[in-house]
Amino acid sequence: MERIPILRMGEFLLVTIQVDMHDRLAMTLQDDLTNKIQQTGASGVLIDISSLEIVDSFIGRMVANISAMSKVLDAETVVVGMQPAVAITLVELGLSLPGVRTALDVEKGMQLLRGALGAHEEEAQYAACEG
Amino acid sequence: MSTKEKSRISDVIKRNEEGLLADWLQEQDSKVRHNIKEVVLREQCAEFLQLLNVAYETGLDIKRSEWDGVRKFLAEISRRRGEAGFSPSETATFVFSLKRPLFTLLRKEFGKDAVLLADETWNATLLLDGLGLYTTEVHQKTREEVIARQQQDMLELSTPVVNLADNILALPLIGTLDSSRTQVVMESLLQKIVESGSTVAIIDITGVPTVDTLVAQHLLKTVTAARLMGADCIISGIRPQIAQTIVHLGVDLGNVITKATLASAFKLALERNNLAIMRTASPVKHKNIEVA
Amino acid sequence: MPLAKVEPVAMWTEPDLLQVRQPAGRAVREETIPLQSEADIVQARQLVRKWAIEAGLGLVDQTKFVTAASELARNTIIYGKGGIMRLQMLHEGVRRGVRLTFEDKGPGIADIKQALTDGYTSGSGMGLGLSGAKRLCNEFDIVSKVGEGTRVMIARWK
Repeated sequence: MERIPILRMGEFLLVTIQVDMHDRLAMTLQDDLTNKIQQTGASGVLIDISSLEIVDSFIGRMVANISAMSKVLDAETVVVGMQPAVAITLVELGLSLPGVRTALDVEKGMQLLRGALGAHEEEAQYAACEG
Repeated sequence: MSTKEKSRISDVIKRNEEGLLADWLQEQDSKVRHNIKEVVLREQCAEFLQLLNVAYETGLDIKRSEWDGVRKFLAEISRRRGEAGFSPSETATFVFSLKRPLFTLLRKEFGKDAVLLADETWNATLLLDGLGLYTTEVHQKTREEVIARQQQDMLELSTPVVNLADNILALPLIGTLDSSRTQVVMESLLQKIVESGSTVAIIDITGVPTVDTLVAQHLLKTVTAARLMGADCIISGIRPQIAQTIVHLGVDLGNVITKATLASAFKLALERNNLAIMRTASPVKHKNIEVA
Repeated sequence: MPLAKVEPVAMWTEPDLLQVRQPAGRAVREETIPLQSEADIVQARQLVRKWAIEAGLGLVDQTKFVTAASELARNTIIYGKGGIMRLQMLHEGVRRGVRLTFEDKGPGIADIKQALTDGYTSGSGMGLGLSGAKRLCNEFDIVSKVGEGTRVMIARWK
């Protein structure tokens, strides 16, 4: 069955979503990711959505779920590369991604993860709209 | 008009197509200033006559679907001429200049029957008037579209996004912000954020005289969208009056960072990137220039 | 079709909701696809994207419209127990637009007004996404009858 590959980059996991996902694929990704976090003991997850042209409420919820579940497994999630049109649409939808951090690209995302794991009082960048 | 007479008109045109075409081309030659290649014009006229014939068979109501082909063809011609800067008259002339050659032809064919000639001439007039007016409408809409596009271009030009330093963008807004302008601004800023890889964007509204709820909402949406992408926005240049308005309107700025001046916003942006502006110990020496 | 013709009717009175007006424009082309399984959602998205591009919509407008279509397509499959999506290319003078109609013969929505105010506030809500979809489009209309089905119409103009 079609699966989205999860790459390991040191203590982080990297998922690159490139296809227009159908719901079942998204659910599978959720499962695979949580399993992998547990298996590898990864401390951070990077979800690269720079190729995603559509993010609807289902995918939004999936991302929020992954982030929440990762946190329970003691890993931070960063969503990277959201396209401007997608960001504008999500804001219009009123979809908030609570507790989900974001970064412009994978590199900045990793910086963010390393920073978050470093000093405690680091000024963290929260992407979510709190209202 | 009975079916028998209907088909006589298109029959007449079909039999005399070459002659009619030549006469029509000649009429336009004298009236149209711009240089449309003779060959192109001839093609356009020929196609129009053919389409006209087909539609003529079904009657005179140009709004009906059988006339879709004719209207589509005319719309295309009008649009092209509108974009090329032709005046409405020059565009409509394409249709109207067909009148004289056509009436001459009708007189030749039906000259003996005064009543029939009058009827057919009247029908032809109605038809060509309708089509001519249609081209004018399309022409106008096209000009409006051109103007709208130019306005859009002006909007984009008037909201330049500036690269202040590594990873720091500044967007100095000047003038009134309306809904459509703010949307253009928003999209432009977000695009620049991606292109430059900037993590901080300073939106300076010193030059914006008033901020109402709608504008405030748009600004907030921009900030939220930027955050979803992984960049932070700082809104600077909030004058006391605007600060008052925002409070009165009950707009909740939430965690949006605001600074009174662009300078303080810039300083904050630098700090965010672990940068700072320092005074150097001795004057910096440039080639050939001594800085006191 | 057991459902009556869609008459745009103001079914609510909140002032800030989109004003329902007569659907404008003439449909010059039409296509209907089934919405039965979630794989159909992806197909629907791609088809709507194609039509939106053809109508001349800019990238942001395309994205908004396709996202709205995705929400409504999912609703049709999950809540409506399957149905269809009809695409129509609209012409109004020189203006171009796309209209989508989602129809199902599912259980219907009992309280439309409530469904329209249940927005996504936390991203984990189970709302029908109707209000979100509405905000993303120029035109929105919904007719639903318990036990008979639901029809939602959205349109986006260039």
